[in-house]
Amino acid sequence: MTTRTLALVSAGLSQPSSTRLLADRLAAATVAAVNRGGDDVVVEIVELRELAHDLTNHLLTGFASPPLQAAKDTVAGADAVIAASPIFSGSYNGLFKSFFDVLEPEALAGTPVLLGATAGTARHSLALEHALRPLFAYLRALVVPTAVFAASEDWGAGRQVDGGQVDGGQVDGGLADRIDRAAGELAGLLGTATSTPALVDAADVDDEADPFGDVIPFERLLRGD
Amino acid sequence: MQFGVFSVGDLTPDPTTGRTPSEAERIQAMTTIALKAEEVGLDVFATGEHHNPPFVPSSPTTMLGWIAARTSRLVLSTATTLITTNDPVKIAEDYAMLQHLAGGRVDLMMGRGNTGPVYPWFGQDIRQGIPLAVENYALLHRLWREDVVNWEGRFRTPLQGFTATPRPLDGIPPFVWHGSIRSPEIAEQAAYYGDGFFHNNIFWPMEHTQRMVGLYRRRFEHYGHGSADQAIVGLGGQVFVRPNSQDAVREFRPYFDVAPVYGHGPSLEEFTADTPLTVGSPQQVIERYAGMREVVGDYQRQLFLVDHAGLPLPTVLDQLEYLGGEIVPALRRELAVDRPAHVPDAPTHASLRAERDAAGDDVLAPARNEIDGGVR
Repeated sequence: MTTRTLALVSAGLSQPSSTRLLADRLAAATVAAVNRGGDDVVVEIVELRELAHDLTNHLLTGFASPPLQAAKDTVAGADAVIAASPIFSGSYNGLFKSFFDVLEPEALAGTPVLLGATAGTARHSLALEHALRPLFAYLRALVVPTAVFAASEDWGAGRQVDGGQVDGGQVDGGLADRIDRAAGELAGLLGTATSTPALVDAADVDDEADPFGDVIPFERLLRGD
Repeated sequence: MQFGVFSVGDLTPDPTTGRTPSEAERIQAMTTIALKAEEVGLDVFATGEHHNPPFVPSSPTTMLGWIAARTSRLVLSTATTLITTNDPVKIAEDYAMLQHLAGGRVDLMMGRGNTGPVYPWFGQDIRQGIPLAVENYALLHRLWREDVVNWEGRFRTPLQGFTATPRPLDGIPPFVWHGSIRSPEIAEQAAYYGDGFFHNNIFWPMEHTQRMVGLYRRRFEHYGHGSADQAIVGLGGQVFVRPNSQDAVREFRPYFDVAPVYGHGPSLEEFTADTPLTVGSPQQVIERYAGMREVVGDYQRQLFLVDHAGLPLPTVLDQLEYLGGEIVPALRRELAVDRPAHVPDAPTHASLRAERDAAGDDVLAPARNEIDGGVR
């Protein structure tokens, strides 16, 4: 049995937040899918709301406060990431973007990522494809094919979730199906993370030693290679 | 141990009055600060180099030449000299000339500059920042050490039979520091040549400074210039002082809150906790800065930023009085305690000349970059 880490990044602003609720469901479904494969996964939660001031300060000063640095390290070091944002003005919110702006450039390269988004109406759902997916393409993350959108109406219809847990057949079929499909895709990538060549490279990137430990010898810098 | 001040030379409105000094006032303020630094017993004045508003010091050797003529003891330096966008030939000649006029009181700190448009204005590309710093300094290093240079590189027209004039004072190149905040390549460069490494940590947490200096020290030893604790390290610092710490905080906060670089961001309290900025009484500054060597080891140069963010000149001159009168003498005493005898002071023209003469060698050793693997 292998234990992996799954970082959950939520940019929801209200408390409680439907974005976090969606992210929790995606995480629970992913954990269940990984467990079915005989492995274990530890979920680490990065709630961006708590880091909002630190993110602004980082943008202005160029360095991260200790809590923000810990969050950056959590995400950079995770075997997989669930990233969820509310949709504002047709895209992820500014808090969400700020966090991915301050990650180190290679931090998510090759990392499996599951995207989630929420909004008041299903008319925003393609923001996942035209806004979030290109961002993670730029970051060279390995985004699973199914991204999960939850509009307000998806939470209703009298079939409720229980504390973020998927409640079997009692849950709204549409959203629950999408969650399970996406979680299955993420779990699949997690399960093959050591055998897929692209992900081996990613592991190298993630595990890259301290840049102040391994240095390019000056003779190479002088030669210009 | 050397103590001094370094200035960015920013033209910033005083937030308490809304008044922005003229360029003439700011330039004269910088030179007044330099003279005051010598008067109160500080060792170093270093000026920035910028080629865009709101900064005034575009011509460092002109300013330092003026200061050299009116001082007798002060070391004149830069923070930093743009090794990327300046022609290394002109740096070689300008600073050799300055060194002659200043009687050996000049050293330099190389830096890359992080303002994107400045590079194309000088025909360069910021994406080549590190290769430019590497190649240009390699050429500069030779121009000061070899009378006739034949050279060809990527970024500059080739040189055939070129002699940079005047030759360095007493045949000794000015001592060079390399400044970098976050590029390990520059720490490596400083270590390779056995030059000084300056970490301008004023906007950064000390843990980061510790990693950069640690890398430089390790590689300095690797290249055979001495043990890691003999590497030549400088640090930035930032203070605002009044005899009563509450007065210091009250007076500095409006400047802090809207300061260039960090203004509108973290609170004064957060920033003083996370970075070396110290706002308070002389004793608080002494305690904070006496502790720096526990993070980076015994070091050679401490420069303070005291004249930015629109602080008026009289206030800045007060800061110099506190530094010279109480803080630096106390730090000199504190940092001398248990400092190993084999840890050197920062090299100066005089010390390098004495070293050279003691070696009984009136011809400079060949450029280090010509010896495979550095000096053995």
